[in-house]
Amino acid sequence: MKHRYLPMTEQDQQEMLKVIGVSSVDELFADIPEKVRFKGEYHIKPAKSESALLKELTQLAKQNANSDEYISFLGAGVYDHYKPVIVDHVISRSEFYTAYTPYQPEISQGELQAIFEFQTMIAELTGMDLANSSMYDGGTALAEAGMLAAGQTRRKKILVSEAIHPISQDVVKTYAYGQSIDIVNVPLKDGVTDLEALNTLIDKETAAVMVQYPNFYGQIENVQAVSDAIHAVKGLSIVSANPLALAILTPPGKMGADITVGDAQPFGIPESFGGPHCGYFATTSKLMRKVPGRLVGETVDEEGRRGYVLTLQAREQHIRREKATSNICSNQALNALAASVAMTALGKKGVQEMAKQNILKTHYAKTAFEKAGFKVPFQGAHFNEIVVKVDGSVEAVNNTLFEKGIIGGFDLGKVSPELQGHILIAVTEQRTKEEIDALVQEMGALQHA
Amino acid sequence: MHKENQPLVFELSKEGRVGYSLSELDVPEVELSSILPTEFIRQEEAELPELSELDIMRHYTALSRRNHGVDSGFYPLGSCTMKYNPKINESVARFPGFANIHPLQDEKTVQGALALMYDLQQQLVEITGMDEVTLQPAAGAHGEWTALRMIRAFHEANGDYQRTKVIVPDSAHGTNPASASVAGFNIVTVKSDENGLVDLEDLRKVVGSDTAALMLTNPNTLGLFEEHILEIAEIIHGVGGKVYYDGANLNAVMSKVRPGDMGFDCVHLNLHKTFTGPHGGGGPGSGPVGVKTDMIPFLPKPVLVKTADGYHFDGDRPQSIGRVKPYYGNFGINVRAYTYIRSMGPDGLKAVTENAVINANYMMRRLQPYYELPYDRHCKHEFVLSGSRQKKLGVRTLDIAKRLLDFGYHPPTTYFPLNVEEGLMIEPTETESKETLDAFCDAMIQIAKEAEETPEIVQEAPHTTVIKRLDETRAARHPVLRYVKPTETAEI
Ligand SMILES: Cc1ncc(COP(=O)(O)O)c(C=O)c1O
Repeated sequence: MKHRYLPMTEQDQQEMLKVIGVSSVDELFADIPEKVRFKGEYHIKPAKSESALLKELTQLAKQNANSDEYISFLGAGVYDHYKPVIVDHVISRSEFYTAYTPYQPEISQGELQAIFEFQTMIAELTGMDLANSSMYDGGTALAEAGMLAAGQTRRKKILVSEAIHPISQDVVKTYAYGQSIDIVNVPLKDGVTDLEALNTLIDKETAAVMVQYPNFYGQIENVQAVSDAIHAVKGLSIVSANPLALAILTPPGKMGADITVGDAQPFGIPESFGGPHCGYFATTSKLMRKVPGRLVGETVDEEGRRGYVLTLQAREQHIRREKATSNICSNQALNALAASVAMTALGKKGVQEMAKQNILKTHYAKTAFEKAGFKVPFQGAHFNEIVVKVDGSVEAVNNTLFEKGIIGGFDLGKVSPELQGHILIAVTEQRTKEEIDALVQEMGALQHA
Repeated sequence: MHKENQPLVFELSKEGRVGYSLSELDVPEVELSSILPTEFIRQEEAELPELSELDIMRHYTALSRRNHGVDSGFYPLGSCTMKYNPKINESVARFPGFANIHPLQDEKTVQGALALMYDLQQQLVEITGMDEVTLQPAAGAHGEWTALRMIRAFHEANGDYQRTKVIVPDSAHGTNPASASVAGFNIVTVKSDENGLVDLEDLRKVVGSDTAALMLTNPNTLGLFEEHILEIAEIIHGVGGKVYYDGANLNAVMSKVRPGDMGFDCVHLNLHKTFTGPHGGGGPGSGPVGVKTDMIPFLPKPVLVKTADGYHFDGDRPQSIGRVKPYYGNFGINVRAYTYIRSMGPDGLKAVTENAVINANYMMRRLQPYYELPYDRHCKHEFVLSGSRQKKLGVRTLDIAKRLLDFGYHPPTTYFPLNVEEGLMIEPTETESKETLDAFCDAMIQIAKEAEETPEIVQEAPHTTVIKRLDETRAARHPVLRYVKPTETAEI
């Protein structure tokens, strides 16, 4: 077998088997019970040459409508944003992407320092004291926050706003079941968490309240009121936040959040059909020793030079084993690096400018839809998404838009029976005024047809 | 490597510099305060750095030069399968039709992506000998937990609520007990016998009607094949439990034996290990789970199905444990794994395992005269040495690991598994040449000699790295987890 990834020659093999003291490769597998030994080769497709495979997979990729070729107004948790080109050049440096977890700090200072910088940037944006070095995604980060809260408060009930992304709610439920935690939904009023209902649901058994900021319907929640309500019973305020929005929105850390989680996908990470993205987990100093996942800390070497190490590892599975409160090991390190590079490239001013463009373009779209006679049911403050009511089915609207080269919004009827015929439109900085106008016009033409 | 410290990116920042290029706003500018209530408007700016593009590139290039990856040099980190990360994978994952597609797009518009996922699932079914595979879990530990949640659902569906215990060998990876605990189980540890294998006597003692599952990796973390695997499976199945396969070590047995044929009921794979993920500095990974027929109803939703008119997600699975991850898993990593499998083919994957096992056995025999080999039998893809001889000379495994840095190597995994004193767990992988293995063995032999003749050279290592040993106690006692801009008063 000659293959470009396999350097062992016939001669190598003979010499090595001799040193091992066996006459055939098979002897090395003789301890596998004969009865179950696999004979022959897998029934999988035969190997393809590099260029033949490239050709085949290029064709396969072409069968997917992508946001380079289509104009996308689809968001609902994953967004088509400006990705500074430099991001991909940095993460393509193989010293980063072919390394693993930085267990040996002396030869991993690059990764460790980059993560330390990531932790700092996330802490800055969220207004929290500290952040870890990434979670799988925003959904599992939220679930982990719930488990932390239940453990910390020794309570088994968590209130989850119905305006949290339905898919994240599903993930939270799956985790909660494993820990015998009860999930109780908090209903909505005008597209935001109903604070009155929240107050009646909160009791001394409540470990935490979870809200999303901006929420699934694009609306901005009153996090301060939610935090005050849960703090009154000594529970934790958990916020799932879009980190880009935090460039111009008051950060959860300034509104009483005990844990802020979310996904850094808006910062330089491709949509990639939903993953890999980059969950983040930020919290207060008080909860530092309960944080799941890896933390990088600053220290000094024997000669007093500043350096970075994985720290507070006593929290983690490889030390605490069954007493660990989280099992996460490999995380999303390379995407945390990507997000760091994007946050650095955008910088202090760029994140604000980009966030502001999102909000202003969405505001423009909202006004344009209303002018064209569409109903926009939720009139509260928004970030980069709005809900629009259409006549008839959203599916039909989206099908027509697709023919015009537009990927339409998310069909809310799929997650909420009351919102049949409503579409969630995302307008990022990537969308031009002409594209927004075209969207409104095409949708308008359909309504009056 | 660079010796000077690289400043933090924040320390390189200068007000007024930019590293981005956004289009001009083309809609009417309105005051934020006219559309956002003031309490929602951020008052203090987030302190992100301000650098030009070249300065950013130099910063990260400098950091990369202070980092060791597989492309930099040998990386025999046991249990992690640090094999070569093929470059074609990186190209394919970046095709716009894979990278820039949205998970909530109409299924009709992403049939190519779904076809790839479906085909990958089929190939993994064949490779593992299981009946169905889900690609949803994000990494190995996530796959473990997913499978354990399914095992719990399976037992509960049978009215078996008393199965609260998961059995884990003392040699198991830390994620195994942690995942079982997060899934709501109590953990029972089973001992290893004098051959480094699961102690069957001890196993028989701990099983019972409360056994939910046994978690096992085979070969185990010592790199030894659990040759009594059929008996082990029988013992667990005999009391109604499930047998779980931690696929972190699949590189050792591809085309030689399949988990599904050895009696395992479910398995997770680490696509970032066996199937060239890459490792990314600690992720992202991908941890698909395969199951036998009786557990299919419990797979996470939605399940990808193929019908006459194409591929679809089926969310109508009443017994499913639910979603374990938003969307459909780490698709970008799955694309890379798929590309790898298609690059290797059936004969290639067989050669992968054979060469990985030859490499490990070869190194083990070359090093055996110089280091204690606690379990002297053929290993699979990795082997574990003990630094106990050197410890008597005052040189610890930690020192040996640090000394290896001076030779330009990433050290083996140390102090794991827990049942070996001063363990050094070495996994060469199949992509390393004999010359590389020989050079590494020569270094290890030299270090063994140094331990006898000039132990201080080893004890004081590393000597050539950008930084010396770091004070980990200080890091944990006085945690500094983020940069804080010095205030003017602090500077005085
Ligand atoms: C034997 C074993 N099991 C499980 C895991 C966990 O995998 P992951 O880090 O992908 O969560 C690892 C890897 O670190 C491992 O070596």
